[in-house]
Amino acid sequence: MSFSVTEPNKGTKWFAGVLVVGYALITIAPLLWIIATGFKSPADSISYPPKVVFDPTLEGYVNLFTDRTRATADMLEAEGEPQTWYERIVREQGTVIIGPSRYGERFLNSIIIGFGSTALCMVLGTAAAYAFSRFRVPLKDDLLFFILSTRMMPPIAVAIPIFLMFRNLGLNDTHLGMILLYTAVNLSLSVWLLKGFIDEIPVEYEEAALIDGYTRFQAFYKVVLPQAATGIASTAIFCLIFAWNEYAFAVLLTSGTAQTAPPLHPDDHRRGR
Amino acid sequence: MKSTYMMTAVASVLVAGSLPTAAAAEDLTLCWAAWDPANALVELSKDFEVQSGHKMSFEFVPWTSFADRMLNELNSGGQLCDLMIGDSQWIGGGAENGHYVKLNEFFDANDIDMADFIPATVTGYAEWPKNTPNYYALPAFGDVVGWTYRKDWFERPEIQEAFQAKYGRKLGEPATLEELKDIAQFFQGREIDGTTVYGAAIYTERGSEGITMGVTNALYNYGFQYENPDKPYDLEGFVNSKGAVSGLEFYKELYETATPPGSSNWYMSEDIDAYKSGQVALQMNFAFIWPGVEADPNVGGGKSGYFVNPKGPAGHFAQLGGQGISVVAYSEKQDAALEYIKWFAQPEIQSRWWELGGYSALRAVVEDPGFADSQPYAQTFLDSMAIVKDFWAEPAYADLLLSMQERVHNFVVAGEGTAEEALDSLVKDWTEVFEDEGKL
Amino acid sequence: MAKGIHMNNIPIEKIAKATPDTVAQHIRGLSDRSIAWIFVAPTIFLLLAVNIFPLIWTIWLSFTNHRVNRPNRDVEWVGLRNYERILSDPDIWNTMQATAHFLIWTIILQVLIGFMLAFLINKKFRGNDLWTTIIVFPMMLSPAVVGNFWTFLYQPQIGLFNYVVAFFTGADPASFSMIGDVHLAPWAIVIADTWMWTPFVMLICLAGLRSIPNSIYEAAECDRASKWRQFWTITIPMVLPFLMLAVLFRGIENFKMFDLVVQLTGGGPGNTTTLTSIDLKREAFEKWRTGYSSAYAVILFVTVFGLASIYVKALNKVKER
Repeated sequence: MSFSVTEPNKGTKWFAGVLVVGYALITIAPLLWIIATGFKSPADSISYPPKVVFDPTLEGYVNLFTDRTRATADMLEAEGEPQTWYERIVREQGTVIIGPSRYGERFLNSIIIGFGSTALCMVLGTAAAYAFSRFRVPLKDDLLFFILSTRMMPPIAVAIPIFLMFRNLGLNDTHLGMILLYTAVNLSLSVWLLKGFIDEIPVEYEEAALIDGYTRFQAFYKVVLPQAATGIASTAIFCLIFAWNEYAFAVLLTSGTAQTAPPLHPDDHRRGR
Repeated sequence: MKSTYMMTAVASVLVAGSLPTAAAAEDLTLCWAAWDPANALVELSKDFEVQSGHKMSFEFVPWTSFADRMLNELNSGGQLCDLMIGDSQWIGGGAENGHYVKLNEFFDANDIDMADFIPATVTGYAEWPKNTPNYYALPAFGDVVGWTYRKDWFERPEIQEAFQAKYGRKLGEPATLEELKDIAQFFQGREIDGTTVYGAAIYTERGSEGITMGVTNALYNYGFQYENPDKPYDLEGFVNSKGAVSGLEFYKELYETATPPGSSNWYMSEDIDAYKSGQVALQMNFAFIWPGVEADPNVGGGKSGYFVNPKGPAGHFAQLGGQGISVVAYSEKQDAALEYIKWFAQPEIQSRWWELGGYSALRAVVEDPGFADSQPYAQTFLDSMAIVKDFWAEPAYADLLLSMQERVHNFVVAGEGTAEEALDSLVKDWTEVFEDEGKL
Repeated sequence: MAKGIHMNNIPIEKIAKATPDTVAQHIRGLSDRSIAWIFVAPTIFLLLAVNIFPLIWTIWLSFTNHRVNRPNRDVEWVGLRNYERILSDPDIWNTMQATAHFLIWTIILQVLIGFMLAFLINKKFRGNDLWTTIIVFPMMLSPAVVGNFWTFLYQPQIGLFNYVVAFFTGADPASFSMIGDVHLAPWAIVIADTWMWTPFVMLICLAGLRSIPNSIYEAAECDRASKWRQFWTITIPMVLPFLMLAVLFRGIENFKMFDLVVQLTGGGPGNTTTLTSIDLKREAFEKWRTGYSSAYAVILFVTVFGLASIYVKALNKVKER
């Protein structure tokens, strides 16, 4: 950027920098504490008074990815010496691994559902946002408010009907069901945000394209989409964060096959995760 | 071990193949809470897979969402779970709403006799209506609230002396709740090895069932009763009797004078953490934690002792926990699920269950002469199981529980109103629930 | 991840902008009208199926005494009785109060801090991208996990929070308990939520600040307008629509706040942090009073809907200026 009168002076920048860095440090401190806790042994993570210096261990992560049981003498004998580093870690606690935990598959579910719903949400959201931005859609303001209003219902409130509906449609505890659900929840945010981005793109570009003989569709995906790419990307991140972290629906609507990671966390927080 | 498994597996497949009754191999799902005993059950169940040829899957839900998730599943007629180790209070709803398969015929056909199980667990986990021979579960995991204490601290001469000087008696396992309060107050704020420690970790949790499971241990022993023994659902004067009021006041005093700061929303895992990290001298908790305490590097290996919930002026009871195992009525694999229960009920499996850290409810196991000495807490478990009392197990138990959670927590933790008011309101709430249910 | 999350120079939202005139109506292929419908219909259809249909179902249930856990009982039509019971229950008003406290304070704090941070970051000091990214981290965590960690951080004996406060004030860390004290607990949830969601407000404000053309400030400089005056007459009015949008989304989200608070305090001590969603969940999924809780849900929905529609009208007015 070239120099202009609006460029802040050195002192202002310095002052601003100090304040922002200060806030960032305050905000990151709990997070660092939590990350550090992840590398503490369960005993250290609850130690009283709290430990700032500790022996880092991967026990918390091993515990997250395995199911273990307390070993009886004959089990220890039968198992023989621990073969791998993670077996050694659990053996020190007097436990043996009985199998991988469900965390791995839950994590995979989170990925499938998170990315699936984000992708679908972007396709539907961009199309709708484009239409709202460029065309005279009848009752436009009402439709937009309607889209927003779908976000106002507490998930708990509609969970029972959704649960019953999904069961009748066979969508209960399926990836598709959760993808559709999260897409619907996120659509309001993405339509509203994306419409803003598309509004910013000058109409002249499309007009030029249309005059060059492009169809509407071509103008949309060859001209508008590339222009809106950054906006779509940031909206997608918002949607992904939501779908990744959603808890209430995940607890109530999923169990075996489509459960995502968040419902598993709660009881593990003190165990080094 | 692995190769022996293999051999047995091959053998059992051959045997199974030659038997005319062999059923098709099924994939069974067992649902339970995510906790230590569940992992022990996975280990135990490997034997069933070998024996039967069925495959076992497990669905373990954290305690905080266990009831929500599983009751939702049952209420919606879900087929996720073939076997359910449901909480004891669900038995009424499970039976009346047809979620659980009635097991009487199955028990008769397979010579499973409920008289072989600890009577309190049969009543608590299997029967509906209570005290009638209608069984909807097989007692699977016996559990009861008891106390764990720091034996190593109790035994220190300087602490013994200080206690003797203050209370004029020897520091030891308390015989009454009053004595327990003295001990907890004695430790509250005391310096031990350079850190300040506190008295007792007790249940105060608001969200699920925590504080109810804790406060009842005081209420029962001071004279609280759920209903008029002669007239069902008659609450006035029983729920809010004089004794009940002083029991509730006792619990509040214990909370205010002898628990760690910030223990306002504590249940099983918070109590364990506080105890294992050396914050408290005593903890109230279900017996399931004891194997873990014994194995703990900081407080295990003889440093901890265990005692039964002490008696009060009006009686001697302890809050029942634990679960029975039921077959879910919506399952399409009920035969295989029943096979699992049949396998699980065998004495040798039950005794292995105890070895792995599961509290067997089979009398053959717990009455075995070697049982009491098999673990430091075994005798305490037995004594506790002899004096248990459980919360309502009505189909409407959840409404009853939520009212109690709110009334008790608001008085004990948030300090709203008086004990009389809290219990009077509870009578009002409960009466309303029973009226809604058509029981009154 | 780090690069994508902060949105340099991306104006987020310009709803107010009048829709541009439809271009060249007569093109080959589909008419604009049909394209518009093809583009909008899937969204509307999905929202109708997943949001509106359950909503109508909920409204229907709210006039019955249905209980999901009593499948054998006949469902009776009870008219407005559920609504009467809810509106005459003093406990509900307590939860509404707790929700209002939470809502108002989180929004005030997040707007103040979020805007201030965006304003400072917009000074473009060296390394501002990096620090922005760091500030945004909490927002990417799961609220349920954040709730859990804050219970841990708030533990007087072993948590970080009390030790930090003790370090600065000299008080004994065990002398107060953020989530155990009836007076502190409502603030404990405000602090945790503010920690988590201030970055959201900040990002949107930053987008707003960056959409202000430099030329406006340059013109103001020429007119010898003071920095203070520029701030109030240019910066604030130009950012306001963005800020209001951020407040709208935060308001809606926090009105239905559930997972963070439920993990953090469980609604206690007493009912001091029992927000409406937590109360609703108890009615719906613990007491299984489906009809009653449906009426409750409808009341909540109407409240948010009403407040939001007034707010959106105001928002549109601001934008039209």
